Amino acid sequence: MTWESIERLKTAAERNALAISEVKAAGRKVVGLYCLYSPAEIALAAGAVPVVLCGTRNDPIATAEQVLPRNLCPLIKSSFGFAMEGSCPYLSAADLVVADTTCDGKKKMFELLGEMKPVHLLHLPSTPSEEALPFWREQLSGLVKRVESDFGVTITDQNLTDAIKLANRERRALKALMDLPQMEPAPVTGMQMLEMLFKLGFFADRETIIELAEGVVNEVQAAAKAGTLPERKGGPRILLTGVPVGMGSHKVVRLIEECGGQVVCMENCTGYKKADLVAETGDPLTALARRYLSTPCSVMAPNQGRFDLLEQLVADFRPHGVVDLTWQACHTYNVEAYKVRNFLRDKFDLPSLHIETDYSEADAEQLKVRIEAFLEMIG
Amino acid sequence: MPVARLVAGVDVGSTAAKAVVLDTASRAVLGVAVTPTGWNPRETGQAVLDAALREAGTGIDRVVRVVGTGYGRISLPFLHRTVTEITCHARGAHHLAPDTRTVLDVGGQDSKVVAVDERGNVRDFVMNDKCAAGTGRFLQVMTGVLDMTLDEMGDAALRGTPMPLNSMCAVFAETEVIGLIAQGVSKDDLAASIVASVARRLKALTGRVPLVPGCAFTGGLATNPAFARIFSATLGLAVTVSDMPQATGALGAALIAAQDVAVGGAGGV
Repeated sequence: MTWESIERLKTAAERNALAISEVKAAGRKVVGLYCLYSPAEIALAAGAVPVVLCGTRNDPIATAEQVLPRNLCPLIKSSFGFAMEGSCPYLSAADLVVADTTCDGKKKMFELLGEMKPVHLLHLPSTPSEEALPFWREQLSGLVKRVESDFGVTITDQNLTDAIKLANRERRALKALMDLPQMEPAPVTGMQMLEMLFKLGFFADRETIIELAEGVVNEVQAAAKAGTLPERKGGPRILLTGVPVGMGSHKVVRLIEECGGQVVCMENCTGYKKADLVAETGDPLTALARRYLSTPCSVMAPNQGRFDLLEQLVADFRPHGVVDLTWQACHTYNVEAYKVRNFLRDKFDLPSLHIETDYSEADAEQLKVRIEAFLEMIG
Repeated sequence: MPVARLVAGVDVGSTAAKAVVLDTASRAVLGVAVTPTGWNPRETGQAVLDAALREAGTGIDRVVRVVGTGYGRISLPFLHRTVTEITCHARGAHHLAPDTRTVLDVGGQDSKVVAVDERGNVRDFVMNDKCAAGTGRFLQVMTGVLDMTLDEMGDAALRGTPMPLNSMCAVFAETEVIGLIAQGVSKDDLAASIVASVARRLKALTGRVPLVPGCAFTGGLATNPAFARIFSATLGLAVTVSDMPQATGALGAALIAAQDVAVGGAGGV
């Protein structure tokens, strides 16, 4: 099905790489971000442009393997391969890369990346507890100082609060977009949603992101209200959980939908892990520290937040089954898969399929058998 | 109706192609055929179906519906629809032995454990990951290293004493076995070690989908009783070889075809 607003978003996104170089030419600073633990607000507060960096395509992986071990998560290899090749326009534009010690593979890769680009490494605690919060706030405070000194600016609390409010508006717009498939049948496919969420990450201007996302929400909701939603065959509703996906690493989303399922919700860093708001009152750095530390990634132990989020999403999206995706060599998501499977079965009697794969197409046929069988089982 | 209407199931696997012809009303098996898949899954699928029809003493004109399964299913032009081998094995094994609650299938390119409910539907399943360890392919490679047939390997494994093979990967395991040959380890012990390593991989799968009594063993490997004996010992549960182990998936496909006809008429879905 086609939506004018989605076409507009895709057309606008074609200019993203150009836009980032225009922003640079106009003298703005660019801050590259890899992970959801790295706050965009600090760059925004400095008047810089935060942008997501590349790491979802298979082709740079061969380059990365000249340096990195093969048995490493494809997201880490892809990110590093882009850096080695100089093929990510956003990384090329970045004056500073903000990274964090998310997992073992990433933090060691960032050491190597630091030899190519200025990297500021945030030391992420491995537990989202109150005890860890002051330490994490200090890490964010260190990033503020780094940005102030590198870019020759002063970041006030008011700057941070304004940035939080802007980022929260973006979060609300993205959440409204991600909530659309709560309708049955979903008015947009999982592939359409993934493409939109992915492309929105590369816009230099936050207001543009908000406007484009709201445009899609408004058009779809208006059609729903008018009863003019396009006819669409249902098919089992699938909640995707686990590792981040993007265009280039969208294989499993594509296969689920080719086999007749609808991916209605993504509990991952491309999707719902982004949706939580930051408190707009009180000390802004504490509010940022609290919100970012609560991102429910499997690197956290314990990671109760993921189970709470899954519970909420199961209620909101009414999936028939869950697909839990792990990138090869992502130990934390791989181990947590066992708990996720049992949680879904015991709490909701919800079947799940755990898939471990990489970005390549090598196992597409084998995955298709599993996914088809899973859909036959729940269909 | 003057003439019985027939249905067929065709399972083109990575190693062997299987076909079953059924009487739609009685579900009686009229013809079964098994051939190596070879290089052309499309021609093989046609040939194996023709062979099963010959055995049934009939022709394709009497067949109202054909369901395909297995890796080669996408290349078969004569199918009315395809169903995965996971669903087909569950259906076939349950039909042969209605008390089946778990299907252990060791195929050429993957192994799977399927939990089956009392009506033959899939409740849950798990498959080996994309590497060949724990599959028929792994054993096939090893028969080359030991210079024996699969049947000889099964018999040798019963005589031998297994020692641990540590490699998770089929290619590295081959290197490891070559190393053991150089140390003068007997063929029987090597065969026992290789089969035990497959049994251990299967046991790892059962961590997610537990084996429960009523365990049917299907797939080409099940045609040699030695493997069932060794797997039963490792898995700590009696593994019963299915009546038509290699053609269980094709039987399941034919049963689904018959069900389609019963539900929707010969035109089917």
